[in-house]
Amino acid sequence: MNILAILVVFLPLLGFVLAGGLGEKLGDRFSQITTCSLMGFSTVFAAILFFQMGLKEKTFVVPLFTWIRVELFDVSWGLQLDSLSLVMITVVTLVSFMIHIYSIGYMKEDPGIPRFMGYLSLFTFFMLALVTAPNFLQMFFGWEGVGLCSYLLIGYWYDRDRANAAAIKAFLMNRIGDIGFVLGVILIFSLFGTLDFSGVFELVENHQQETITFLSGNSHALTLASFLLFIGAIGKSAQIGLHTWLPDAMEGPTPVSALIHAATMVTAGVFLVVRISPILEYAPLTREFIILVGTVTAVMAATIACVQNDIKRIIAYSTCSQLGYMFMAAGASAYGASMFHLTTHAFFKALLFLGAGSVIHAMSDEHDIQKMGGIWRFVPVTYATMWVGSLALAGIPFFSGFYSKDIIIDVNWVAPLIFGKFAFLGGIFAAILTAFYAWRLLFLTFNGKPRADEAVMGHIHESPLIMLIPIVVLAIGSVLSGNFLEQLFVGEKTTFWGTAIFVLPQNEVIEAAHHVKWWIDWAPTFAALLGLGFATCFYFYKSLWPERLSKTFKSLYAFLCNQWYFDKLYESWFVNPTLKTGHILWEGGDQEIIDGFGPNGIGDLSLKSGGILCRFQTGYVYHYAFAMIIGVVVMMTWYFLE
Amino acid sequence: MDSLPLLSITIFLPLLGALVILLNWGNKERSLAINARWVALWTSLVTFVLALILWWHFNPISGEFQFEEKLQWMPLLDISYHVGLDGISLPLFLLSALLILLAVLVSWSSIQTKVPEYMMAFLVLETFLLGMFSALDFILFYVFFEGVLLPMFLIIGIWGGPDRIYAAMKFFLYTLLGSVLSLLAIIYIYFEVGSSDIPTALITSFDPQIQTWLWLAFFASFAVKIPMWPFHTWLPDAHVEAPTAGSVVLAGILLKMGGYGFIRFSIPMFPEASSYFTPLIFTLSIIAIIYMSLVALAQQDMKKLIAYASVAHMGFVTLGIFTVDSQGMEGAIMQMVSHGLVSAALFICVGVVYDRLHSREIAAYGGLVHTMPRYATFFMFFILASIGLPGTSGFVGEFLVLLGTFQVNSLATVLASTGMVLGAAYALWLYRRVMFGPLVKPSLKSLSDLNWREDLVFAPLAVSVLVLGLYPLPILTMAEASVVKVIDQFNLALEGGGEELVDTEKTLEIALVKRGF
Repeated sequence: MNILAILVVFLPLLGFVLAGGLGEKLGDRFSQITTCSLMGFSTVFAAILFFQMGLKEKTFVVPLFTWIRVELFDVSWGLQLDSLSLVMITVVTLVSFMIHIYSIGYMKEDPGIPRFMGYLSLFTFFMLALVTAPNFLQMFFGWEGVGLCSYLLIGYWYDRDRANAAAIKAFLMNRIGDIGFVLGVILIFSLFGTLDFSGVFELVENHQQETITFLSGNSHALTLASFLLFIGAIGKSAQIGLHTWLPDAMEGPTPVSALIHAATMVTAGVFLVVRISPILEYAPLTREFIILVGTVTAVMAATIACVQNDIKRIIAYSTCSQLGYMFMAAGASAYGASMFHLTTHAFFKALLFLGAGSVIHAMSDEHDIQKMGGIWRFVPVTYATMWVGSLALAGIPFFSGFYSKDIIIDVNWVAPLIFGKFAFLGGIFAAILTAFYAWRLLFLTFNGKPRADEAVMGHIHESPLIMLIPIVVLAIGSVLSGNFLEQLFVGEKTTFWGTAIFVLPQNEVIEAAHHVKWWIDWAPTFAALLGLGFATCFYFYKSLWPERLSKTFKSLYAFLCNQWYFDKLYESWFVNPTLKTGHILWEGGDQEIIDGFGPNGIGDLSLKSGGILCRFQTGYVYHYAFAMIIGVVVMMTWYFLE
Repeated sequence: MDSLPLLSITIFLPLLGALVILLNWGNKERSLAINARWVALWTSLVTFVLALILWWHFNPISGEFQFEEKLQWMPLLDISYHVGLDGISLPLFLLSALLILLAVLVSWSSIQTKVPEYMMAFLVLETFLLGMFSALDFILFYVFFEGVLLPMFLIIGIWGGPDRIYAAMKFFLYTLLGSVLSLLAIIYIYFEVGSSDIPTALITSFDPQIQTWLWLAFFASFAVKIPMWPFHTWLPDAHVEAPTAGSVVLAGILLKMGGYGFIRFSIPMFPEASSYFTPLIFTLSIIAIIYMSLVALAQQDMKKLIAYASVAHMGFVTLGIFTVDSQGMEGAIMQMVSHGLVSAALFICVGVVYDRLHSREIAAYGGLVHTMPRYATFFMFFILASIGLPGTSGFVGEFLVLLGTFQVNSLATVLASTGMVLGAAYALWLYRRVMFGPLVKPSLKSLSDLNWREDLVFAPLAVSVLVLGLYPLPILTMAEASVVKVIDQFNLALEGGGEELVDTEKTLEIALVKRGF
């Protein structure tokens, strides 16, 4: 079992080392085969591991070796296996394996194949290190590692200025969140004297009333710690405030968007929040905040997605919005529901991205859905699977998203929290919008009359098998995962999560959510159908409504098109002032004030005084004689006056 | 091993190498240069191996000085040649031996004028550095401490860039001014303690009033060296003008002399003053971290950018030292070692392209990743280490410092942690402008990737950064016992509240009697 776990995590790293080290010499095919096959083994082992241990409801830790030890501060590398990490391992390896294979086809003509495959494997390794972390610090290692790979892959096409800018933006936005993460970790250590999950979670109960002096005031320690950690989650999972990097991240190749910026990395924030459930249970204020942030993000991102025209950007905003749902669930103490939506979302969102990639591939790299349309006959498999993905995303019955979204909206209705009902309403509203933008995308992309030019239309072709197989596999997952996993993850009496998730008895909502009134239970479905209906009226029947609406509500439309003006605001409030301050401090502070008064000033002063003194040394004897006489006079006078 | 004065041999071997180069009179400049290079390489290599042997024999459980050697030097004045290493000095000792070796390799072909003199300067510098870190006598320490300035002054002033004279003078005068004040303090301590023995002085308690002055005098010296804001303006100029290897040693080792001084002298000898001035140090450190990162963002010159970044990183070191907490202090030591490796590597990265294009302007580059993929990989790795990505040594130091600081002052922790964002901003932006983007400038199209010698320089640095990032225990356990000793002494002094104060006049009397006056 230990060996198996080690293999699952480290085979992708081996893949990276081989592809990165030898790929240049041994060629593209070599790196594709090694990374894919190692990833395949990892996936198989992960599945074996899941079936061996996933249902045991216990926590195992595979110890590796010490990382940092200074007196009491003692942190080791290790692999923690419990139902939570095993679910993540299985999902991550499976999706990653599919995307490795897909990339063989998608990146066929790219000059940097070894690098690309290597990065994908490296990312998978970091993601696995993150989810199997037995302590906060290793989690941060994985956390930063996936951030690094995200940076490297967004900027994969390094010739493009926009890709480079997006890459740096993603890294920096994440780093802002990381400040919260690091401070949270430090706070946890000073509270508990350890960073091991098992140790911390055991002690939580004893510390539930404790306060800590932070900055100037006293705060409830657990609330503050979990709040700071959640700041990290906001950055990584692109929640409102720190979300602006995610749409820009679409500059990266599409397989990357599918793997990192939809299915796995961005869910790390959700995973973190679920992981610290024992702390959150004693920090109701943080949970209120999590619900609030999740709901606002879900609605905000969905509104923006309704007006965007870049196919990948729409799906990116959709990801933001769906991550919001996951936080809504976690905030309501329904951690299982959060993980459920995370899992189903991994399938259907990866599917949608790969489908979008297939479309982009077919349309000669066109991203604008206004320039597509009428292509469904040429790409039937892509079209069908995109339908499946959209159905799952919108939460139409019997597709996976239906089960997971349903439970989230229900738990918020029954949750004993201030923002519970607010989240319920927000969730319903976002569900309408979700269905709307999903079918807007479908109709504009595939149906209607072709709007692309002849050359592009002449080229349209279905993707090769190597790209279609992963899409189909994910489509199957998108259909089945909801139905299959419902009882296990969020069943009324499920004990699947065992020791991995902790919920206080009074916060238990999953069971109550199974007994809500029928109209609440069906509300999300009605919402989805409503959105679908709107989209059909708007875009399938080629009505003029979209245009008319955009003209009537001009400012609202501009507000949405500009993505709520977050980017512009940040640029004028933070980015430019920071750069300006840098210049002022350098030229004003360093060069003028410090150097001016310091070394250069003193230097000038001594030169000048030296120059003046120089003039006294004229070399004429009578000058010196005169000076001597004056000196004698002064001295004598002084002497007599004494 | 017991009979052999291994430490002294390690310290003075480079000086011997310099002598060999000096004696190697020939008539052909070319063969002289080649000989000088090989002698310097072998000398520094053997010195490094000797340093490793010392590490091998080092006992990390003990916080005492090891490999101690004591010889009468000026017996009448009770000044002796006294050297030894403990867990605080050994990491920096090893770092010095490694970086000088790499400095010789870096200069292999980029220095073509006055090669023998150049190599001699580096070997002499090495002796001074190793001596400085192991000196256990104040006078000896001061000789080495000041001695370091001379070869460095020559290296900048002779083999530097166009504005080298200004930079060399600024560097020299700035640091000299600081160390003159510390000399006054050393003389005072000498009279007070009655000998110039450092271990004796370390266990002497000084009057809190006097401590303040002595602390300030040492501060002047160390704050310039490390450098702390606002005594840092010599650093960017010195770096910009220095040859690559000069920058490597300057950033890699010379800056650490300040941090070493604070840990070795200021904290254990002047605990009351140190605790009194902690708010000042914290403030200056925070300013250094934020201010310098912002200034680094504004730079157009690669070397200047890395120089300013160094000041910001050193802010973490001073912050960590003055937490007087085992995590904070060990973090500071780790940060010094890590910064020594990473900043050296980054300056070599600049040197690599400077050798090819003779420009340090960021704007002169762009798209290098196309022609120099291997270089791009190394450069990216060190940029990430500079950002402090977990898994590199930079993270361990930075995190431990933040952790230690939090026990003392949460505001300082929060402010310092903004360095995480700003540090990433200037580093990644630098990388983007130099390496990424299309390759359009014709001058860049023919640049060759790293040669084997450059690989040879980067490889040990990259390996150490990675290994220390994943398994930093070698450094942490090495330092632990000594750091704990310093902290215990500090806490004891503050709790004891000056019971064992030395009667100044009496000590002076004893000292004078002892010396036969």
